[in-house]
Amino acid sequence: MIHSPSNRPTARRVLGSLLLVPTLVLAFSLQGCQDESEPVVNVYSHRHYDTDEALFQRFTELSGIRVRVVSASADELIARLEREGQASPADVLITVDAGRLHRARERGLLQPVSSDLLDEAVPMDYRDPEGFWYGLTRRVRIVAYARDRVDPELLERYEDLADEEWTGRVVARSSENIYNISHMASLVAAVGVEEAEAWAEGVVANFARAPQGNDTDQIRDVAAGIGDVALVNSYYVGRLLNSEDAESRQLAQRVGILFPNQDDRGAHVNVSGIGVTAHAPNRAHALQLIEFLVSEEAQRAFAEANFEYPVRPGVAWAPTLQAWGEFRSDPLPLAQLGELNNEAVRIFDRAGWR
Amino acid sequence: MAIAFSRGWARDRFRPRLRAHLTPWTLVTFAIVALVLLPLASVLLGIFGESSDTWRHLASTVLADYLGNSAILALGVGVLTLVIGVGTAWLVATCEFPGRRFLETGLILPLAMPTYIMAYTYAEVLSHSGPVQGVLQIFLDPVTTASIRTGLMSLPGAVFILSLVLYPYVYLITRASFLKQSGGILETSRILGKSGWASFRQVALPMARPAVVAGVTLVLMEVLNEYGAVKYFGVSTFTTGIFRAWFSLGDTPSAIRLSACLLAFVFLLILAERAQRGRARFDHGSSRFRPVAPFRLRGARAWLATGACTVPVVLGFVVPVGQLLVWTAEVVPEALDRRFLWLALNSFGLALVSALIAVAAALIIVYSVRLSPTPLLRLASRASSLGYSIPGAVIAVGVLVPFIWVDRRLLELLAPITGSGVGLLLTGTVAALVFAYVVRFLAVALNPVDSGFERICGNLDETSRSLGSPPLRTLRRVNVPLLKGTLLSAGLLVFVDVLKELPLTLILRPFDFDTLATRAFQLAMDEQVAESALPALLIVMVGLLPVVLINRLIGRERGETGGPDGEEPKPKATGGVPAGAGDLVGAAREGAGGAQAT
Repeated sequence: MIHSPSNRPTARRVLGSLLLVPTLVLAFSLQGCQDESEPVVNVYSHRHYDTDEALFQRFTELSGIRVRVVSASADELIARLEREGQASPADVLITVDAGRLHRARERGLLQPVSSDLLDEAVPMDYRDPEGFWYGLTRRVRIVAYARDRVDPELLERYEDLADEEWTGRVVARSSENIYNISHMASLVAAVGVEEAEAWAEGVVANFARAPQGNDTDQIRDVAAGIGDVALVNSYYVGRLLNSEDAESRQLAQRVGILFPNQDDRGAHVNVSGIGVTAHAPNRAHALQLIEFLVSEEAQRAFAEANFEYPVRPGVAWAPTLQAWGEFRSDPLPLAQLGELNNEAVRIFDRAGWR
Repeated sequence: MAIAFSRGWARDRFRPRLRAHLTPWTLVTFAIVALVLLPLASVLLGIFGESSDTWRHLASTVLADYLGNSAILALGVGVLTLVIGVGTAWLVATCEFPGRRFLETGLILPLAMPTYIMAYTYAEVLSHSGPVQGVLQIFLDPVTTASIRTGLMSLPGAVFILSLVLYPYVYLITRASFLKQSGGILETSRILGKSGWASFRQVALPMARPAVVAGVTLVLMEVLNEYGAVKYFGVSTFTTGIFRAWFSLGDTPSAIRLSACLLAFVFLLILAERAQRGRARFDHGSSRFRPVAPFRLRGARAWLATGACTVPVVLGFVVPVGQLLVWTAEVVPEALDRRFLWLALNSFGLALVSALIAVAAALIIVYSVRLSPTPLLRLASRASSLGYSIPGAVIAVGVLVPFIWVDRRLLELLAPITGSGVGLLLTGTVAALVFAYVVRFLAVALNPVDSGFERICGNLDETSRSLGSPPLRTLRRVNVPLLKGTLLSAGLLVFVDVLKELPLTLILRPFDFDTLATRAFQLAMDEQVAESALPALLIVMVGLLPVVLINRLIGRERGETGGPDGEEPKPKATGGVPAGAGDLVGAAREGAGGAQAT
């Protein structure tokens, strides 16, 4: 493969292979180009779950519109949208956090859309007031605790995690993570910067170990006994409980979940959401896709396969979610999460929550 | 009068130079270098923006942390790779012990592991359901065993993981240097009563110093560039800081400033490496070169040597690849579908195209410097390899800015002709991606091509030219045939680097376009580590190709050294890396690129 014994002049072969370059580039470029005749919708998505892929396929079956996806983190996608400007091929932006959708809106990357279908499906709390973005699923930041070592009665509020009694018992992931940032933003909205910072310092002092890993790692570490309580999104526990892997299920059994602040503002809720981009070339298709994603069928799929809460009222929850029961959620307008994002990051930096 | 005089003086002085710079070769070279520097310039220009509020916040809170962590990481990995790399190189190059021949090759294998795959794999190996905890739980309580994984995912853990993947750079270059030292010198040292250890410390090591330093410098650059593994472990370094400022805080200027700080570090490294090399000469000076006669170790010492050389291979390659194989076996029936074939095709296609372009560009640059070696041209060629020292994500931003601008102009230009719907010709297709790869990995091709040319006697060119062949034909008929092997290996190195590349690919790839690396990374991020094993394994396996090639070339080099004295090309005093294998070894981690080996 590397040395051929042929005696033909090497130069000709090398130059010949150089001619390959433009050919190959061309062949590749064609892959990125669109076939004009086929209706498409171009998606920039931060959600990369198999559920979503299946839903997109279903959408294509129903509508005949092909869904093309670039998946990356919301931040990278926003940076890309900004630079592409009017020439952007993207039609919709999907994020896992309302704060990022708000940021995209602030930067003029989204446009408002509305329809009766959307009005009916998505409650006011879970969408932008002017229709710049709509929530697709709800995610709740809960406390996961070790059943054998923690009395859930003693832990009622997020604020309690900063108390001395939890010294050496709290595990958390890095503050780079958007779930933590948005949670901190909700705290700032509720109690103000100073108190939020004091809370962060208290939690940092209570860490069982330095922040690391993802949400599942936090749950595992609680189950294994590294720490006793963790701040995580609820669906990660749901996924572990319903995992195909017996050991993961067993692990999750050792962990209980509790919805904090039920006697005051409620648990912190965020949405994974979608917005139509400002210069969407296929605006109509984009709207169709959003309407499909908030339809009963799609909402059920989100809830069943990924254990997120549907935004659409009246859609049945997955059995695991039903077992956890109803809960009160923080009514804070979600756009605030975006507005307070930078303040939240700075608080983490000052408190030494890396 | 005075003015006229000075003008005339200037004309006389500069005209020949100007003419030297106006050949087609030189112009093409300048064009290539300008293109390559374009993304860097677009990033660096950002430094001159106003110092933002965010920057002051970063400087007063976390900057010290980034500095500290990056420094500890660099120091830790530097020391550990130094110890592992030099130690194993010395044993393998000068001693004889059981399994030496096998370990000689085996020690290079970890080079094929991308750091992010290594990090995920180890985290899973040490996880609750992994094999290590399974065994340990028999003896220890679950909290202690669980803390093994917690312990790994930390700064020391990152040092451990990075050292295991990076030590082969030091090993390769140092071993090549030891092999090139004349056996006579070491024998003299031993005859004069020095022990093996003293000979190593007082004779061999000082002579190999430039090689060792070159190897460690490459390691340090890789460390400063590192993103995937440290991010997963939650260690904040300069690179993760760039992402934080850019994304979490949405402040591009601060991100650019951090990148510039990082760049300053890298330049310091390059300067330090060049300074330590100084004017000293490190060749053996004797025309009577004999390879070192291996010193036969016996008994316990022999087995100790075997053990010492086995550990890095097992930890750096056997364990992670074994785990990947186990996972692959679990998922292969479902994972090996059409989609996977597309992934592989995408990856290989991209890597092939980028490798061809990078090698062609390197050939043009090096050849035009050879044709007219002016200081300006040398500087340009050196600058063109800077991309290697810059984090992939930073290059991605740098590429996007000018390319989007061109795309918009193109769109305006083409709109009347084609109607709308052309789309983004550069950033919407793989063109931007390929360009960014070439910017990042040009040094990888430049280094071997450069040292390959140095081994071709200039008289050959001159003879060909004086017989009437223009430069292009000389290149085609004389140089390229002589450089065949070098060009192939340079291409192979670029190929593998492109295959492994992650952050840049994530940002710049077009719609519906996944590569092996992006798919493996995403699956692992989504906690489907087993499913990520198949693409990861393929990357590692293909990554083995250059490893094998490098080894074969060094082996051949050693074979040649036994030949008649006259035929042996004298080792250059460049980083102690011998010519021949040197071009590949240097290229094995090109790093500072041209700056490194020229």
